[in-house]
Amino acid sequence: MGFGQLPFDMAHLLAGGVLLLSFVLLYQRRVTALIGALAAQGAVLAMAVAWQGWVLDVPALYVTALAALLAKAVAIPLGLRLLVRRFGLRRAVETAIGIGPGMIMGVGLVALAILVVLPATQGAGALVREGLAFAMSVMLLGMLMMITRRHAIGQVVGLLSLENGLVLAAAGARGLPLVVELATAALVVALAAVAGFFTLRLRDDFAGLDLGLLHHHRGESAPPGEGPP
Amino acid sequence: MTPGAIFTQLVHLALMLALAPLLVGLVRWLKARLMGRRGPSPLQPWRDLAKLARKQPLLAESASVMSVATPYLALAATSAAAALVPGFARGMALAPMADLILVAGLLALSRFALALAAMDVGTAFGDLGAAREMSFAAFAEPAFILSVLCFAILAGSTNLDAIGAAFADGGPGLRISLLLALLALLAVALAENGRMPVDNPATHLELTMVHEAMLLETSGRYLALWEMQAALRLMLWLSLLAALFLPFGTAPAFSGLGGWLLGLLAWVVKLGALAVALAVFESAIAKMRVFRVPEFLGAALLLALLGAVFLFLSTGLA
Repeated sequence: MGFGQLPFDMAHLLAGGVLLLSFVLLYQRRVTALIGALAAQGAVLAMAVAWQGWVLDVPALYVTALAALLAKAVAIPLGLRLLVRRFGLRRAVETAIGIGPGMIMGVGLVALAILVVLPATQGAGALVREGLAFAMSVMLLGMLMMITRRHAIGQVVGLLSLENGLVLAAAGARGLPLVVELATAALVVALAAVAGFFTLRLRDDFAGLDLGLLHHHRGESAPPGEGPP
Repeated sequence: MTPGAIFTQLVHLALMLALAPLLVGLVRWLKARLMGRRGPSPLQPWRDLAKLARKQPLLAESASVMSVATPYLALAATSAAAALVPGFARGMALAPMADLILVAGLLALSRFALALAAMDVGTAFGDLGAAREMSFAAFAEPAFILSVLCFAILAGSTNLDAIGAAFADGGPGLRISLLLALLALLAVALAENGRMPVDNPATHLELTMVHEAMLLETSGRYLALWEMQAALRLMLWLSLLAALFLPFGTAPAFSGLGGWLLGLLAWVVKLGALAVALAVFESAIAKMRVFRVPEFLGAALLLALLGAVFLFLSTGLA
């Protein structure tokens, strides 16, 4: 199977689309746009998995695709959006490093994924090799996203994007059982829940963080709100 | 070189020149309609050009020969590039020369002329606009060349005619590299033509303008030449995108009158669709801060680079 044949072309295009959306995630500066891009990535991922199921003739992958569509393209983005609205987080994404250097690092990571995957999969079919290269890239970009975002929402989105890469790899490598996939998904959901919980705790505890209140304890006489001269 | 090839070449160039201001007018009219205004007729740019061409040009005291010569140079370079991009038919007389790198070079030449003209008089705005234009070009041109690399690997040639024919056959298949190159080229096209997220073509607001800032000191027929050059450049880019990504319906080389008429219809439909897409996109999006534009074009450059990387990967596999 190679280029010019529809099954391969579509699989290539859809997996590449997931990767492209990873770059869109890296480029976004606003929280709502970030969540929208995550939803789009979930939808393209569901299409890629369903197409793999059709090409490889594995009906179990349709279930994975449906789960991906419901969870990643609808439920999780809606939940995140609700969270953002409820806690008034509607603001710009804070990045630890700039968008430009982040994108350059992303391209470097994609090159790294290709360099790692290609020698390791010598002898496998072109579809599997390329699928694994795409999936590995998406995972690495998800990790990069988690590193470069200061805000908890950005880090959760990075984690979910990383999990999208895992599902993509599982769909490409024939024979990964559904149980393993579900277990991975459950683990990620649990991690996201814990992260979310901690975010909320931190927010509640430090919502009104004002360093001016400390001046008194440091022996400075300036009242709160006025800095030292 | 057959008479048919020469005939199509002449008709193509005439159509490019005649339709370019109409296309600009169409986009303006569509944008006005989308924003709930009536908008001027699509013929308005032609009327403006005729009016400007009749007026006596006023030159600043500090203007040198550059202000007089550069509009002609820019319009000539852009016209030459426009003659190379296939419109309604392939196999035109200049088709063997229709190299994408040559097109990029001619566009760069016209941009160079524009920047020179902007700096000639020595006003602050002109210099500012020229500096911005050139700093955007430093990102846009590599992105364009990297996209050309993708097409050259897929079609085996940098010749626009050959690439269009290969893509129309569907030989290269659906490739993610093509999608990446398309996104990169769209970003470059928006930047090159000073369209919405990069520059607002409808304002004369000092802080945001790039293209208009460079033309503040021109008047009369020189301004008409610059306006014509800008319109022709938009026409060229839309035709280029159509020739690369919508190569269907274009009359192949050595086809008869029927094929040409069909190709003409397909070309007009494609240009109209692209104009509608441009108008909708520009109405939906806000202008970007100037300092974010290099980031936007840098992202385009990286996408094109990624496309080339994946092409090397998959050609190594297949």
